[in-house]
Amino acid sequence: MNLTLKIWRQNGPDDKGHMETYPVSDVNPEMSFLEMIDVLNEKLIAEGKEPVAFDHDCREGICGMCSMFINGEAHGPGKRITTCQLHMRSFNDGETVIIEPWRAAAFPVIKDLVVDRGAFDRIQQAGGYVSVNTSGNTIDANAIPVPKRDADRAFDAATCIGCGACVASCKNSSAMLFVSAKVSQFALLPQGKVEAKDRVRKMVKQMDLEGFGNCTNTGACEAECPVGISLENIARMNREYMGASLSSPD
Amino acid sequence: MKLDARIPAGPLEKKWSSHKSNIRLVSPANKRNIDIVVIGTGLAGSSAAASLAEMGYRVKAFCFQDSPRRAHSIAAQGGINAAKNYQNDGDSTYRLFYDTIKGGDYRSREANVYRLAEVSANIIDQCVAQGVPFARDYGGLLDNRSFGGVQVSRTFYAKGQTGQQLLLGAYSALNRQIGKGNVKMYNRHEMMDIVVEDGKARGIIARNLATGEIERHGAHAVLLASGGYGNVFFLSTNAMGSNGSAAWKAHRRGALMANPCFTQIHPTCIPQSGEYQSKLTLMSESLRNDGRIWVPKNKKDAEAIRAGQMKPTDIKEEDRDYYLERRYPSFGNLVPRDVASRAAKERCDEGYGVNATGQAVYLDFSSAIERYGKTEANQMGLENPSREKIIELGEKVVEAKYGNLFEMYQKIKDVNPYKSPMMIYPAVHYTMGGIWVDYNLMTNIPGLYALGEANFSDHGANRLGASALMQGLADGYFVAPYTVGDYLADEIRTGDIDINSDAFVQTEKDVVERIDKLINNKGTKTVDHYHRALGKIMWDKCGMARNAEGLKEAIVEIQALREEFWKEVNVPGRKDMYNPELDKAGRVADFLELGELMCLDALTREESCGGHFREEHQTEEGEAMRDDKNFAFASCWKYTGEPSKAELIKEELTFENVELKTRSYK
Ligand SMILES: Cc1cc2nc3c(=O)[nH]c(=O)nc-3n(C[C@H](O)[C@H](O)[C@H](O)COP(=O)(O)OP(=O)(O)OC[C@H]3O[C@@H](n4cnc5c(N)ncnc54)[C@H](O)[C@@H]3O)c2cc1C
Ligand code: SF4
Ligand code: FES
Repeated sequence: MNLTLKIWRQNGPDDKGHMETYPVSDVNPEMSFLEMIDVLNEKLIAEGKEPVAFDHDCREGICGMCSMFINGEAHGPGKRITTCQLHMRSFNDGETVIIEPWRAAAFPVIKDLVVDRGAFDRIQQAGGYVSVNTSGNTIDANAIPVPKRDADRAFDAATCIGCGACVASCKNSSAMLFVSAKVSQFALLPQGKVEAKDRVRKMVKQMDLEGFGNCTNTGACEAECPVGISLENIARMNREYMGASLSSPD
Repeated sequence: MKLDARIPAGPLEKKWSSHKSNIRLVSPANKRNIDIVVIGTGLAGSSAAASLAEMGYRVKAFCFQDSPRRAHSIAAQGGINAAKNYQNDGDSTYRLFYDTIKGGDYRSREANVYRLAEVSANIIDQCVAQGVPFARDYGGLLDNRSFGGVQVSRTFYAKGQTGQQLLLGAYSALNRQIGKGNVKMYNRHEMMDIVVEDGKARGIIARNLATGEIERHGAHAVLLASGGYGNVFFLSTNAMGSNGSAAWKAHRRGALMANPCFTQIHPTCIPQSGEYQSKLTLMSESLRNDGRIWVPKNKKDAEAIRAGQMKPTDIKEEDRDYYLERRYPSFGNLVPRDVASRAAKERCDEGYGVNATGQAVYLDFSSAIERYGKTEANQMGLENPSREKIIELGEKVVEAKYGNLFEMYQKIKDVNPYKSPMMIYPAVHYTMGGIWVDYNLMTNIPGLYALGEANFSDHGANRLGASALMQGLADGYFVAPYTVGDYLADEIRTGDIDINSDAFVQTEKDVVERIDKLINNKGTKTVDHYHRALGKIMWDKCGMARNAEGLKEAIVEIQALREEFWKEVNVPGRKDMYNPELDKAGRVADFLELGELMCLDALTREESCGGHFREEHQTEEGEAMRDDKNFAFASCWKYTGEPSKAELIKEELTFENVELKTRSYK
């Protein structure tokens, strides 16, 4: 099939950036979206032009590196899917496809479709851990039974791949879904309870410092999240945060 | 050159504990004056960086992705082994040790493997304490599953995302230390070379991939945890950025590469669908717990399937050849990976393959769905449940176990694997070979260490499933943090490393010259063109089956391809800004040398063992024929200027605790 691509080109952080149009032909419906961009890039290089820069690594939906805003949707059409898992059979012959980077003040563009998501790491560094040393002097793993239901819910929250689609989809560029996923994982487990209050305070503080917007409960994040992180996590984080604010900081 | 693996004396079970209590220590005050550079933030790198920082060393960690959390370990699916014996099925440290030595076809070092088995249980304790949400049973205790090549259930897992959960655990430990200022993290940075001064590793030259800046980092020790080099084959289950460059740079600076030809071809991956294909996707080995592998018994059925005239579900039970169950009745579908891969290739080569290409076999869950459905129905007290009800219940059980893998398959192939069997084919997955290390995980360059998949240490000629994650975390949490002290105890008086020394200046110059050469070449062909061509040579001639003639041809072809690459490659863009094509070009240039060494290694090893199958050395039934008399050694290669002129140094392997046997899974 043949497509017309409109792609955001921005030659470095200081460039203003613009949309550019590229026709592509002979697209195989079995190709993944990124393989389609690979083919475009090989063509651009052969023509002496600069290929489109984009982030990707695992190409199987788990590393969270790929990040394209396609036809107005984070990771493109289809539910619970990353850009790398999107296949060309989701598009029609003759279609125009608009491809942009994540847009958020906290995610500055490095080049073309590549953005800097360092803010996510800094939020995790502020408190996204259990303060246990890696010394090997831990107790036997089965000494702390965890009810299966809690373990399963903690696991579901822990599957966040840190892609940033939630921020890109939110009209306020809020990072609540991402932060709440980590807060929930630990809040649900006995190992995480000890520092729960401290953790949520520190992570929320860093989130605000990074310039993410407020949550107004529109739910766009949940709808576009490739792994289905649930809004319940935001509710849980709000409760945790309220509880933490009521008790005095230690 | 004489190699000393520095294996501690004493009985096997005592070696590690007595070595640990004799290792020299560095006092807390001195640790604060010692810099350690860690390349890589996968399981091995993150855990090492976090642990070393916690102990008081000044640590810098590097990864080429935009966050340490995206290291390729994140993609590991099935699980992690540990000799906990929670299932009470007779598991023990010794059994895990024995399974690993046997699984590796007796080509690994006893002492290292025993230590790995010994620390394995502690890994699980550590991870649980960090909040890693492993799968649990209804009693709230940890659940286990089985992997290939073993007869116990010792694999801990978190659905099909075990690697993700373990890496996020290590990442959280790393974050804690970054937050405290004990680790400085360098994202989007690539190690370009190692600086060796007076025979010791003294630091690295790195490139900031976002800005193109070249940086010098001095260190008293450098730890390479840069992962495996399976991408030398172009198509593999590795992430796109996985590369062999850090290891290769170390090799060119004098570090020995050991057993580079030992490559693991994983039996269950989604088959290739076209020329544009950029990578292959693994379907976890855990699926072989419940999936049955088959091809049609009759060639005409296979032909009809290939032509699209028949569906797998049309083939009657008695017309299916469950060839693993047939050939290996005691292990069945759970034979080790090398055996399963070769058996699939054998069937496809004989004309029984499915898929339009004939390069695929079925992995079928219908029996498991039915079996689980019946058990569920019984437990729910349903009397005479309908077949539909049984299937519905069974599918739920299978979904709970492997849901995300089934989803992944469906997203890629647009076929529902609950209803129709998956199609799979072997693909390159893991490299057992790597940088040679001694018992302390130190390379032959003092101060340079290698951890995780980057080293050659524990898996011999074939790795058992769920053992790479175990090894990465063992190296990073429990081994390297202690063993570095043995070397660093002598470095406490060295003071800060001078990054303006001749060695730094010269190494940086070499790095810059190579980048300039690539970017100014302006040839006619893309980097991917060469990578694909190399991959084809490697797969055809140094893949699942190898022979002397093919390997000799491959060496000549790779040399010619490398020469052409340096004349004709076209790297667009600039060197002083973000330029992924330039990053890729450097990595492919290294693969073009590494591939040649792999072929030389495969050619020299005149036996079949584990993943290394030489067609000249097989039994009449097509099983691998090992030659313990002449090849019970690790091949360690020293760089001499040309990959295929490398000098061979042997580390003889002595087996004092296990008897060398023909590996049989029949
Ligand atoms: C799809 C898949 C599934 C798997 N499933 C399992 C499983 O279920 N169980 C199991 O035990 N094993 C599994 N494995 C194997 C296992 O995941 C890997 O062997 C293991 O994770 C490797 O960890 P590592 O820390 O050594 O390296 P990696 O996780 O590969 O990390 C490498 C790190 O090095 C960095 N790096 C590399 N080169 C440079 C450079 N030049 N400069 C700077 N940084 C650099 C990268 O950025 C990265 O941070 C699987 C592998 C694959 C491909
Ligand atoms: S919550 Fe979902 S969308 Fe947001 S970063 Fe995590 S995986 Fe991505
Ligand atoms: S490339 Fe890893 S999630 Fe898409």
